[in-house]
Amino acid sequence: MKWLKAALATVLTLLIIYALNRTFGIVPALGPFLSPYEGFWRNGEQVGDFESEELTLHGLQQPVQVRLDSLRIPHVFAQNDHDLYFAQGYLTAKDRLWQMEFMTHAAAGRLSEVVGDMALEMDRYQRRMGMLESAKASLKKLQANPKSRLAMDAYSAGVNAYISQLSPADYQVEYKLLHYKPEPWSPLKISLLLKMLAMDMTGYSDDLRMTNVLRKYGPEVIKDLFPDYPFREEPIIPEGIKPDFTPLPVPPTPADFMAQALSHALERQKPENLGSNNWAVAGTKTANGYPLLASDPHLGLSLPSIWHAIQLHAPGVNTFGVTIPGAPGVGIGFNEHIAWGMTNVGADVLDWYEITFKDSTFQQYRHNDQWKPVRLVVEEIKVKGGGTVVDTVLYTHHGPIAYLPNETAFRSRNTPVGHALRWTGHDTQNELLALYEINRSQNFPEFRKAITHWAAPAFNFVYADSSNIAIVSNGLFPLKWTGQGKFLLNGANPTHDWQGWVPMDQVPAVLNPDRGFVSSANQTPVSPKDYPYYLGSSFAGYERSARINQRLTSMTQATPDSFRLLQTDTYSFVPKNVLPTLLQLIDQASLTAEQKRVYQTLASWNYHYDANKIAPSVFEEWWQNFAQAVWSDEFPADQFKAPARDRLVQMILQEPTARWFDDVTTPIKETMADLANATFRAVADSAASGEEKEWEWGHAKNSNIRHLAQLPGFGQKLYSGGSANSINALNGSHGPAWRMVVQMGPTVKAWGVYPGGQSGNPGSPFYDNQLEDWQKGNLHQLLFLRSAEDRPEQTGVVWKLKGK
Amino acid sequence: MLFLLILLLSLIAQLFLPWWSLAVVCFLIAAWKARHGGHAFLAGFGAIALLWLGAALFWHFASEGILTERVAAMMTASSTILLFVATVALGGLVGGLSAMSGFYVRRALG
Repeated sequence: MKWLKAALATVLTLLIIYALNRTFGIVPALGPFLSPYEGFWRNGEQVGDFESEELTLHGLQQPVQVRLDSLRIPHVFAQNDHDLYFAQGYLTAKDRLWQMEFMTHAAAGRLSEVVGDMALEMDRYQRRMGMLESAKASLKKLQANPKSRLAMDAYSAGVNAYISQLSPADYQVEYKLLHYKPEPWSPLKISLLLKMLAMDMTGYSDDLRMTNVLRKYGPEVIKDLFPDYPFREEPIIPEGIKPDFTPLPVPPTPADFMAQALSHALERQKPENLGSNNWAVAGTKTANGYPLLASDPHLGLSLPSIWHAIQLHAPGVNTFGVTIPGAPGVGIGFNEHIAWGMTNVGADVLDWYEITFKDSTFQQYRHNDQWKPVRLVVEEIKVKGGGTVVDTVLYTHHGPIAYLPNETAFRSRNTPVGHALRWTGHDTQNELLALYEINRSQNFPEFRKAITHWAAPAFNFVYADSSNIAIVSNGLFPLKWTGQGKFLLNGANPTHDWQGWVPMDQVPAVLNPDRGFVSSANQTPVSPKDYPYYLGSSFAGYERSARINQRLTSMTQATPDSFRLLQTDTYSFVPKNVLPTLLQLIDQASLTAEQKRVYQTLASWNYHYDANKIAPSVFEEWWQNFAQAVWSDEFPADQFKAPARDRLVQMILQEPTARWFDDVTTPIKETMADLANATFRAVADSAASGEEKEWEWGHAKNSNIRHLAQLPGFGQKLYSGGSANSINALNGSHGPAWRMVVQMGPTVKAWGVYPGGQSGNPGSPFYDNQLEDWQKGNLHQLLFLRSAEDRPEQTGVVWKLKGK
Repeated sequence: MLFLLILLLSLIAQLFLPWWSLAVVCFLIAAWKARHGGHAFLAGFGAIALLWLGAALFWHFASEGILTERVAAMMTASSTILLFVATVALGGLVGGLSAMSGFYVRRALG
C-alpha cells in the first residue's frame, strides 16, 4: 500500500511535469512559459532599462561606438567595414532575433520545425518553388565577391555573438511560447531573406487563369479585355522620351500554343494593393532650391516591424535608413550625398512551362526534339513532434516542377504532366553588393553602376542628390517577345524559353526630366511606343500615380512637409472616374427615403477616403459588388482572371452596351443600369440598416497590424484613412511600411516613421512606439550624425563595444 | 521549517536551473523533513506559489505590465489577474505534488 501510494504520487507528478514541459499544438509549454524565473514574465522592458555601458564582444577588431537616440535607433561608428557589419548584426539580433529567424525559416520551408505539421503544406510549397535551392545557388555568387562576403560573414558573426550571450530566460518571448531555441546565424539565411523579398514582390502569376480565359473565349476577347497597355496610364518614364540606346533584337513570336486544360495550380494571385510610392522633385520646385525625395514602400504590415532603422558610419561610408532585419547594409535611405527609395516594378518575371515526360518514371522530359534528364532534389522537412517528411522535387532546365495536376497522383507516380517554373528569383546576382555600393555612392553614375548588381525583385529606384533626380526601373528582365508568358508556355519548344536578358544599361530610366519631377507607384514603367522590350502587361492601376503626378505638377516651393502631406493623401481617382456615371444610372424616383440618403452621401463625396466618412465604405462595397456582378458569371474567380479595373472603367465610360454586362446565368438580358441599380439598392439597404459607426471607413475597412506569427494580443487594430488606390495605400493589413522624406543639399536632412518600433519585443515600449505617429501621418526627424562626436546631447545612451 | 527550506533552496535552484528543478528540490526536502503527506503538499504548494507570485509581481511592475496584458489577451484570459492566478496555481501544484511524492517515497522506503 505504501509503495502504491508513493508510485502513484511520483508517476502523477512526473506526468504533469512532462506535460507542462512540452507544447500541444498551439498550447505552449506552460511550465517554462509561465515560470517567472525563465518564462514570459522576464521579457518585460522599460524605457529606463537602456543604459550606457561597455560590452566585450569576441570577434570585433577595433572598438566600436554605438549611440542610441530617443527612438532607440542605433548610430554605429566603426573603424572598418568588418566591425561595422559585425555591430549591425549584433544590434539587429538584439532587437529582432526571433523575427529574423522566423522569416528565414518561412523562406526555407522550415516552419514545421517550430510550429508543427500545421505548416507542412506551406513548407512544401516553399521547397517546390525552389526557395532553398536557389538561396544556396545565390549564396555562392554572394560569397564570390570579397565585399559582400565580408559583409555577410561579419554580420553573421555579430548575430552569433549576440546568440552566444543568451540564457533561456533571455530568449525573446516567441521562442518561449513555441518552446524552441535560436540556432546559429549563417550567410545562407541572408541569401534566404533576399529570396523571400523576391518571392513577396514577384512570386505570383496569372498565367493559368489567363490560359483558361484564352481556352474559353479565344484570342479576340483576350485582345479586347486584357490589352497589353491600359486604357488610362501615366507611365513612370514620361511619354515621348525615346530610348538613347541600340536595342538587342527581340525574339520572334512563335506559332500559337495553347496549354492543356488545368483546373488548378500552385499559383499565387497578384494582390491588388501590393504597391508602393516614391518620387523626387528637382530644386527648381522646392523652397530651399535643392531636390526633395520621398519613398513609402507598401507591404503586408506586421509586428515586429518589417523594417529596422540604423545609421552606419565607418571610413568611406555614412548611411542611414531602414534595413531588412537579418541582412547587412541599408535598404532604403540616404547618405551624405544621395538618397534613394524603391517601389516594386511588377514586371512579368515568373512563367510556367508545360512539361512532356517520356514515360511514367519521370526521368526524362521533351525539349528541342530530345529527351533530357530531370534532376531530382530530395527535400527533407522536419516536423516538430513528428518525424521528417521527405519530398522529391523534379528540376528541368527551366526550373522546378512545382505542380503536378493531382497531388495523390504525384505521390503514386503516375502523373503524365506537370509545369515547370521559370522565375528570376532563381537567377543569381549579388543584391548585397548592390546595397553595399549604393550605401557608398556619391553621384548618379556610381549609383547606376551599383544597381546593376540588383537582379530580383526588380525595383523602381528613385534617386536624388543635391542637383539631380532620376528614376530607374532596374532588375533582371527576361528578353521576351510581346506577350510571352501571358499564358502557360510550352516547355518542349525551345523558342518558348527565355532568350536572354534586357541589358542593365537599357532598362527604363530617366534623369532630370523636363517636368521637374520623377515618380513611381507600380504603374507601367514605360509606354511600349517609347521602349523596345516587353516587360509585362499587368501593372498596378494608374490611379495612385495620377494623383502623385497631379500634385507634383502643381507643386512649387515644396518643403519636406508638403511631401509628408502628400504621403498621407487619401484621394482616389477610382470614384472620381466612375462614380458620377454610376450615380446617373440610378433610378432615383424608385428609391426609398433611406436609399436616397445613401445616394446623397455618395453624391456629395469629395473622393477622399477619410477615416470618419461613410461614403468611402459605401462606394467600395458598391464598386466591388458591381464589378462582381459584371464579371463573376463569365469569369468565376476560382478558375479565371477577371479583366482589370481599368478595362471595366473604360467599359462604363465608353461601352455601356458591352455584352459583358448581361448576366448569362439568367434568361433575361441585363443592362449596365440594371446591374448598377440592383447592386446600389442592396448596398444602400445594408448601409442604412447598419450601425453608423461600423460604416465609418476607418472601421469598415478593418485595418489592422498583426503579429508576424498571428498571435492574438500582440497586434493592434488601426483606425486610419486611405485606400488601395490612394497615395496613403492603407488597406486591410497592407500599407506604407516606411515613410521617408529626404531634403538634399549641403546638409542632408531626413524624416521618417514606420508602423511599429525598433524593438521586436512585445513587452517593450519600443515595440510599437511609432505606431500612433504613423497613423496620424506624423514624421520624426531622423538624427543624421556626421561623426561620432556630432551633437552628443541628442543621444542619451552610448554603448562602447570592444573585442576580446 | 519545511516551508522555509523549500522556499530558500528552490529559489536558488530556479535562479540557475530550468523551472522543473523546483520539483527536485521539493521532492528531496519533503522526503527529509515532511511529517505527513498533507504537510508536504501544503508546504510545497505554499512555498512555490509564494515564490512564483512574488517573482511574477516583481517583473510585472518592473516593466509596467505591457507584456502581461498582451499575453493575457493572447491566452484569451479576460484579465491579467487570471494570468497571475494560473501562474501561481501551476507553480504551486507542481511544488505541492512533488513534495508529497517525496514524502511518500521516503515512507515507502521505511
